[in-house]
Order: sequence, then structure tokens, then C-alpha cells
Amino acid sequence: MFKFVFRRSTQSIGAIIALLVLVFFLARLTGDPAYLYLPLDSTDAQRQAFNALHGYDDPIYVQFFRYLGDLTQLDFGMALSRNRPAMEVALEAFPETLKLAAIAMALALVAALVVGSLAAARPGGLFDRLATTSSLAGASAPDFWVAIVAILIFAVSLGVLPTSGTGTALHWVMPIGVLMLRPFGLLTQVVRGSMVGVLSQPYIKTARAKGVGRRRIIFVHALRNALLPVITVAGDLTASLVNGAVVVETIFGWPGIGKLMIDAIVQRDFALIQSTILITAIAIFLMNILIDLIYAAVDPRIRHQQA
Amino acid sequence: MTILKKSVDGATPKAERQAGPFRLVFRDGLAASAVAFLVFVTLCAVFGPILIGDLATTPNFRARNQEPFDLSMGAAYFLGADTLGRSLLARLVVGARNTLGIAAAAVIVSLMLGGILGLIAGYSRGRLSGLILRLADVIMSFPSLLLALIVLYSLGPSITTLILVLAITRIPIYLRTMRAEVLEVRERMFVSAATALGANHRRIVFRHIAPMVIPTMLTIGAIDFATVVLAESSLSFLGLGIQSPQFTWGSMVATGRGYLATAWWVAFWPGLMILLTTLSLNILSTWWRTYSDPHQRWRLELTRRLQRRIQR
Repeated sequence: MFKFVFRRSTQSIGAIIALLVLVFFLARLTGDPAYLYLPLDSTDAQRQAFNALHGYDDPIYVQFFRYLGDLTQLDFGMALSRNRPAMEVALEAFPETLKLAAIAMALALVAALVVGSLAAARPGGLFDRLATTSSLAGASAPDFWVAIVAILIFAVSLGVLPTSGTGTALHWVMPIGVLMLRPFGLLTQVVRGSMVGVLSQPYIKTARAKGVGRRRIIFVHALRNALLPVITVAGDLTASLVNGAVVVETIFGWPGIGKLMIDAIVQRDFALIQSTILITAIAIFLMNILIDLIYAAVDPRIRHQQA
Repeated sequence: MTILKKSVDGATPKAERQAGPFRLVFRDGLAASAVAFLVFVTLCAVFGPILIGDLATTPNFRARNQEPFDLSMGAAYFLGADTLGRSLLARLVVGARNTLGIAAAAVIVSLMLGGILGLIAGYSRGRLSGLILRLADVIMSFPSLLLALIVLYSLGPSITTLILVLAITRIPIYLRTMRAEVLEVRERMFVSAATALGANHRRIVFRHIAPMVIPTMLTIGAIDFATVVLAESSLSFLGLGIQSPQFTWGSMVATGRGYLATAWWVAFWPGLMILLTTLSLNILSTWWRTYSDPHQRWRLELTRRLQRRIQR
């Protein structure tokens, strides 16, 4: 087990470094930050002084090695747009996104397990067709549009929910609702599919013949075996959940890492771009390792010794 | 179940049992309406812009913020007009062409790139294959939207970069499928036979392996189309996709967002079109999965009345 975690971690660290290199050079292609941070009528000399101050006048490879050197001392640079250490800003925003994503994912998972299982209990029935269509709609809906329509209905017309921001419990309703829509739709499909497969296996027939109750068969006997593909897909969804978080945070003004990242890109805040990406990447890789471990815990056939 | 199935088979006329996909799809109401909608949207996207001319870009100040379902300005303003009085119906048609065109181009590019890389990774095991797979891992494990945002912002948003970025983020899907398929097919007897007869690598790859794996890849491309439409819309909505004066459904929603309280229809219709298009594609791909699975296919081949009788 330890060996497996170690092997996965070294692979992930390689991938993170590759990503950081890519982002470092791509970010510097976006243009000269001096034009954004100095007033419009600033002179060339002022811009050069600005770039010299932040080290942007050095050749790009010098900047890159300086960045790597600073990284080894856990110095992630200053966020130009806020005049604070970039990592500090990023770490402040990260928990906000984590809370949002964790709640949305947990709710989506529970809802998908219940709805998907009940739909699979009677394939082709009325509830199944309702559940299939609505979960397909959830998976197909453009999240930004759903968010806008939700604002239109609940905030503009009915006035029961706040349009954006944070504070009260009501502020959580729309962001979580929109964010969980896609995972819910996709997971319900997977639960239903794998449940239909499991329910047609002989051991379910045996349980039914023994006289086990319908609900117990579905949620105890079958669900455990139907869970494996669900875990795999739930793991793949973590990366796409960040996609959703970017959109949701932008629309609802949520002070999370997704919105921070968009702001950083638009403001050419190189240190902040790199820090937010580093944190997101580490979170996603940790999540993937965790998913693999859960997978091994649920399926005793997988023990990760070889492979 | 087997006994039931046999008796049902006996009762079903032969012609009905061998119904092809085209006949079967029209027996399922939902799948049939999905096909109808997609055909309609495609026709609009291809021929619509010719029919409506420059209606989509002509401001008409008498129709400013025209409400939908009001025929006083003529049928072109049936779905309302935006703040400049441009017909939303016409803009939706032009938006359909841009949205579907970009998505189709991105799917084709990623299908080709992913297919070729997957072919290499599957056919030549070794160092290069490992490197390609690692690359796919990096792309897969990072949120595609963020990578696309950075690339689009640094290279400058244009339709070409948009298509390339969308294609790159979807490459791993094709790459992995292609590799898995090639790994399986290259062990088959007819490939060994071809090798024994002295066929070179190029002939084996293009004459013997490619025809076996291309149908699977095309299916995946069709299924992936909906995801690409959604990704393009998100990027355009965030302002880093298509740039004005050109527009897609996603950027139309972004424009309408500012007038939500006064003219909801400007943002509503394009989003609804995205939803209906992706929903139709997903309904069809679910239907196709059932159709191509021999264990599930009987569900589609039975008429609804017979299905109900079985479940009782």
C-alpha cells in the first residue's frame, strides 16, 4: 500500500512540475504587466523601472530559474494586483471553493445513489424514465445558463434568494444547486447503469428467493457491488468540478479560487496565476490518490501490490 | 427471463425483430424527437444564414427590447429582439452555425490527433508510448477550462486557437480508446497472418488495424460532441472564446446577462438552444449504447405493450 502511494506521488509530482513549467511560460505570453499596472500616460522609462523592480526585464530563462530557486525556499512571489504574498491570497480563497465543492459533491453523490438505485429497480418504469431524462438534462445543461435562469427566477422575480456574495445560509443555495447539477446527472446515469447490471446477476435472484426485502436487496446487496464504477467516475469528476466552480464563482461572486484564478489571468498577475494553479493541481492529485485508496478499500480484489 | 423472451420472440413478427436502427429510433418517442431536433438545428445551421441574410446583424431601433411571442413586428421577431433591436431568431440561427461549426471542427481535430497519438502509443510500445500516456494524464487531471483559459489568454482568442484549445483538452479520450483498441486488435490472428505474409508496418496499420478501430472512434466522437459544445459555450460565456462581432450561443448568453432584469429573453433563448442540443445528443448516445449492447437491445426491439407485459 505504502509503495503504491509513493509511486503515485512521484508520478503526480512529475506532472505538477510539467504543468508549472507550462503555465510559467504561457502566462508570460499574455503580455507586459507594466501596461496594466502603471497609468496610461506612464513613460517608457517608468515602465522599464517597473519591470526592473519585479524582475520582468531579465531573459525569460533567468526568470524561470529564479522562480525555481524561490520555489525551493517556498517563496511563491508577490501578487502584483494585491501587493501581498501570492500563496497567502491563494490559500485564503482555497477553503471557500473546497467547502462549496465538497458540499455539492456530497449532495450530488447521495442524491445520485438514491435516485439511480430506485430507477434501476424497475427499468423502463415511469420513475426510471423520469429519472433518466432529468439526469440527462442535468448532465447536458450549460451551468452558466442554469445559474442565470436561477437568478432570474429566485432573485429577480421571486426575490427569495440573494443574487450573489456570501454571508447567510441562503447565499449557499444557488451556488451549490448549480454546481451539483452536472455531477448529479452524470453519477445518476452511472449508478443506474451499473445497478441494472448488478440486479440481473444470479446472487440477487438467490437473495430474492431467500425472502430478503426489496429495499434491502437494492441498498445492501446490490449497491455495494454497483459502487465501483461510481467511485471511478466520481474521481474523474473532481477536475470537472473545478471547471464548474470557475463558472459558478464568477457568476455568484463567490470569493473562491476559481474566481481568483480568472482575475489573476486577466490582471496578468503571474505569481498569483502560478500559485492558484499549483494549489488546484495539488488538491486534484491528492484527490486522485484518495480515490484510488477508497477503490482498494471497497474492492478487496485490488490491493495495488503489483501493477 | 429466457422463457419469457422465447415466447415473446415467437409472438413477434419476423420483420419487426430485424428492424434496423432507423426504424427502431422512431419507435422510441424521446429518441425520435431528439433526432428530429438535431436534424432541424443542423438544417438551420447550414441553410439558415443564407435565407435570413444580414437580419442577424441589422439593428432595428423600432424593435428594441421587443418582447417574445409578439407578432406585431413580423415573424422574424417572434422570439423577441435584443437591446439594439436585432432579431433573436436570426441571431440564434447564425449562432447555431458558429456553435456547431466550431464544435465539429474541434471534434474532428481531436479525433485525428488523438487517433494518431493513440495509434502510435498502442502500436509501438516503449518509451514514446509511455511519454504519450503521461501527457494524456497531465491533460486529463487538470481542469480543462483553466488550461483553455490560460492558453486562450496568452495566444489571444481567435476561432483557430479556440478550436485548437477545445481539441487539445479532449485528446486524451480518443488517445486512450485508440490505444486500448489497437493493443487488442494487433494481437488478432489476421494481423499475425499479415505479418507472416510480409506486410510492412504501414500496410498493417492502415489496411488491417485502422478499419477495425475507426467505427469505435467515430461513435466516441459523436458522443463527445455534446461535451465540446458545452466547453465552447463556457469559454465564450467567460469572454475568452469567440470575440464580437462574431458570436455563438454561449457569448449570446453572456451579452444577455447584463439585461436580465429588463429583457430576460436575450439570455434565455440561446441557453435553451444549448441545453436542447446537448440533451438531444446525450439522449441519442444513451439510446445508441442500449442499441449496440446485445444484452440490452431487446428493450428497444419490443413494443412498449410487450415490455409492460414482461415486467408484470
